[in-house]
Amino acid sequence: MSDAMTLDPRLPDGPLSTAWQRTRDNLPLISPSNRRHLRILVVGSGLAGASAAASLAEQGYPVTLITYHDSPRRAHSVAAQGGINAAKNYANDGDSVERLFRDTVKGGDFRAREAGCHRLAEISGAIIDQCVAQGVPFAREYGGTLATRSFGGTLVSRTFYARGQTGQQLLYGAVQALLRQVALGRVTLLPRRDMVELITVDGVARGVVCRHLLSGELEAHTANAVLLASGGYANVYFLSTNAVKSNASALWRAHRKGACFANPCFTQIHPTCIPSGDAHQSKLTLMSESLRNDGRVWLPALPGDSRPPEAIPEAERDYFLERQYPTYGNMVPRDVASRRARELCLRGRGVGPGGRSVYLDLADAIRREGTAVIEARYGNLLQMYERITGEDPRATPLRIYPAPHYTMGGLWVDYHLMSTIPGLFVLGEANFSEHGANRLGASALMQALADGTFIAPATVPAWLAGAPQPEVGVEHPACLEALAAAAARLRALLAPAGRGRGALPVDGFHRELGLLMIGACGISRSGPGLRQALTEVETLRQRFAEEGGVTDPAAGGAGGGLNGELEKALRLVDFFGLADLMLRDALAREESCGAHFREEHQTPEGEPRRDDARFRHIAAWEHAGDAPPRRHVEPLTYTALPPAARSYR
Amino acid sequence: MPTPLTLTFKIWRQIRPDAPGGLDTHRLEGLSPDLSLLEALDVLNERLIARGERPITFDHDCREGICGACGFLVNGQAHGPAAETTVCQLYLRQFRDGQVLVLEPWRARAFPVQQDLMVDRSAFDRILQAGGYCSVNTGSAPEANSLLVSREAAASAFDAATCIGCGACVASCPNASASLFVAAKLAHLGQLPQGQPERRQRANALQEQMAREGFGHCGNHLECEAACPKGISADWISWMRRERWAG
Ligand SMILES: Cc1cc2nc3c(=O)[nH]c(=O)nc-3n(C[C@H](O)[C@H](O)[C@H](O)COP(=O)(O)OP(=O)(O)OC[C@H]3O[C@@H](n4cnc5c(N)ncnc54)[C@H](O)[C@@H]3O)c2cc1C
Ligand code: FES
Repeated sequence: MSDAMTLDPRLPDGPLSTAWQRTRDNLPLISPSNRRHLRILVVGSGLAGASAAASLAEQGYPVTLITYHDSPRRAHSVAAQGGINAAKNYANDGDSVERLFRDTVKGGDFRAREAGCHRLAEISGAIIDQCVAQGVPFAREYGGTLATRSFGGTLVSRTFYARGQTGQQLLYGAVQALLRQVALGRVTLLPRRDMVELITVDGVARGVVCRHLLSGELEAHTANAVLLASGGYANVYFLSTNAVKSNASALWRAHRKGACFANPCFTQIHPTCIPSGDAHQSKLTLMSESLRNDGRVWLPALPGDSRPPEAIPEAERDYFLERQYPTYGNMVPRDVASRRARELCLRGRGVGPGGRSVYLDLADAIRREGTAVIEARYGNLLQMYERITGEDPRATPLRIYPAPHYTMGGLWVDYHLMSTIPGLFVLGEANFSEHGANRLGASALMQALADGTFIAPATVPAWLAGAPQPEVGVEHPACLEALAAAAARLRALLAPAGRGRGALPVDGFHRELGLLMIGACGISRSGPGLRQALTEVETLRQRFAEEGGVTDPAAGGAGGGLNGELEKALRLVDFFGLADLMLRDALAREESCGAHFREEHQTPEGEPRRDDARFRHIAAWEHAGDAPPRRHVEPLTYTALPPAARSYR
Repeated sequence: MPTPLTLTFKIWRQIRPDAPGGLDTHRLEGLSPDLSLLEALDVLNERLIARGERPITFDHDCREGICGACGFLVNGQAHGPAAETTVCQLYLRQFRDGQVLVLEPWRARAFPVQQDLMVDRSAFDRILQAGGYCSVNTGSAPEANSLLVSREAAASAFDAATCIGCGACVASCPNASASLFVAAKLAHLGQLPQGQPERRQRANALQEQMAREGFGHCGNHLECEAACPKGISADWISWMRRERWAG
């Protein structure tokens, strides 16, 4: 790629409302008999990957699907709780495609593409149709129609749900469609494999190298198009609400091969999570945001007040969200709620171990509606809280604290979901699209399924219909080269160098990286903090290179056999690279927008100050070998609604 | 600060599917009762690594009881002593100071041990491949509200559909039967209008595949229901027996 790289988002011209239809009408098609010669490789079996693999296989393409789990049903999408948005207007409350579109653009704080957001809203209804047909047991009204609820402070009721397990039920629908294609012989499942390298031929994506997690062997798999649907990268913070093995390696490997990384610093910190306590805690558990509908957030008014919460009289409690935001109160957006909680805890006002939590109190709601009603509404959540903390949230307030949850940033893709590497498509949370600087609740599931069910199945064939591609088998020099590169990386991590190397658990380094990142590039960021973290991350990376590394007691040969520490080490090395890029991106974005809050850019009341004149764009970073990465810019234009400042006061 | 615990772990170690295995003993002191059992294993693994020994292998990922990756026997009980709880959601406050915990992998012919506490559960996916779905291609779905489903039917289908595919039912069954897993899938789809066209065929195909995979027959022991972390009712198994002849 040259210095003067231009990003072509391939956005459609003309009116937004018909843009996707017009685009699809003009995409080239492939005859059914030719499809079986064009293999598609999908990494990831979450909502995006499973739905893309099934939908493309149904069209007649042979598909290979790679996942690190033992079964596709375990992809992290399974953990989503709250629901999925769709502009069906079943509630007859004024919702429409137009309104969901505008909410998405506004929610993203004017840092997402209009055309993409519009398409997402348009497709949303068909997603629900498809899921219902697959047998997803959504909640129902008495008459048998689908039930909806409002979510995350929206004024309309457009969130479809299956109790507190919406992601699980949607994923099972998608995975069952996938397994049907496996049974028909159209999808080859390759579970228990980690993608460790992307294979490109003449700059075009043609396959991946993966490591078989049981045998430890490296394998090359080739295809005519590669789809990455490997999820988000919130585990760069070590502790997050993501599954502990969620990782950025597929993205980072592709980035190093030429795929630009867009807006890496846009990460969402969710306000209502169970706080961290013990030094060996391995993950943070999300408590659904819906609790904020009935729970009141407060802290003792007196700093250092160590009385149990029940003993603190009403007058000595500070319901700080209600105080600071009289209109929205406890329902302010995620970033606002997170920022305010952190601020007070930093000032020594927090409660719980280390003063790292705030109260979420259901007492008023229980008094008003009775325990039975609250129990029916949040039963499984309350049980989960009780199981983890050993405290009964019906009797004493829950303790919550913000935790990294979702990553809006990801590989840059154009309107066709193709990255800057031709033939490499990126779907779901792994790409940067549609959510701008902040994602609305219940919109990630919608986007993952839109990408996988409807968008990629239209645009990937169009790519395949383009220029004829040379045959690439696993003996191709590009495959051998990628295999050799991956093998060298494994050797470097396994080599017994120096005394003590390999004796330090990888998680220790990852935990340290996480602390650095949450401190400097979490809820609140500042120039000096980011600059210092850049040096500290580099120091930690070097220390890991010198003192870290993994022994291989199981088998003699390099990388042989099952080796969980090696899996972690491979992921951590890639997180180091990504952490560095996130810090650079946060430093370069001299404004506050959405979830990105730069302390230098706020109003006297402490509200974020966006800078549309200088930063109304997508930042896309190009890897440049040993030189610093290059920042490219894709300007954003808004025709449907003028960029306005957010206000929740 | 809660009082720290000392626990003795006897853990099944087996390097390869075809290698012999045995129990290793490890004593851990000063454990916070707020740690989860898997976090205690993390602590143990850090020590093993520091001593240059091979860490203990166990499947896990979400650590919040929803992905179904984790699962092993704790003192002979699938997922341990707590009701409706996966092993990743088991906290040390469940145990007494000084207690001995024997950790072993699922034991079933159809779930061969891969390493230590990790087994191969791909048989479950092959059972679903035999017909655990509604055959509907992308694009051919009718408008969602054209299918009415009563609240009761939706809720009942949902209850069955919450199965996380962990394998505890098999591990706790004296016959190593997968009947609860299969019945749960049949009850999920069989109670919804979407699942009707293939209902009978699905019931036959899944049960036949279960037998082919080497799972046993249900002997009405009901251990599966007690072990299921999602509380799925064994009544679905009797329901399933009638399904073969369903319309
Ligand atoms: C606790 C929680 C609750 C949530 N609740 C909601 C909600 O209510 N509503 C909503 O809209 N969104 C919610 N989200 C967000 C949403 O769940 C995710 O954004 C979405 O499911 C991502 O789907 P995906 O298909 O992109 O990726 P994932 O589901 O994360 O799947 C990633 C896949 O990639 C595979 N993979 C990853 N790396 C590799 C590799 N290197 N090699 C091989 N395979 C790899 C994994 O095995 C997996 O199969 C929630 C998220 C969390 C964490
Ligand atoms: S680790 Fe996911 S259910 Fe236990």
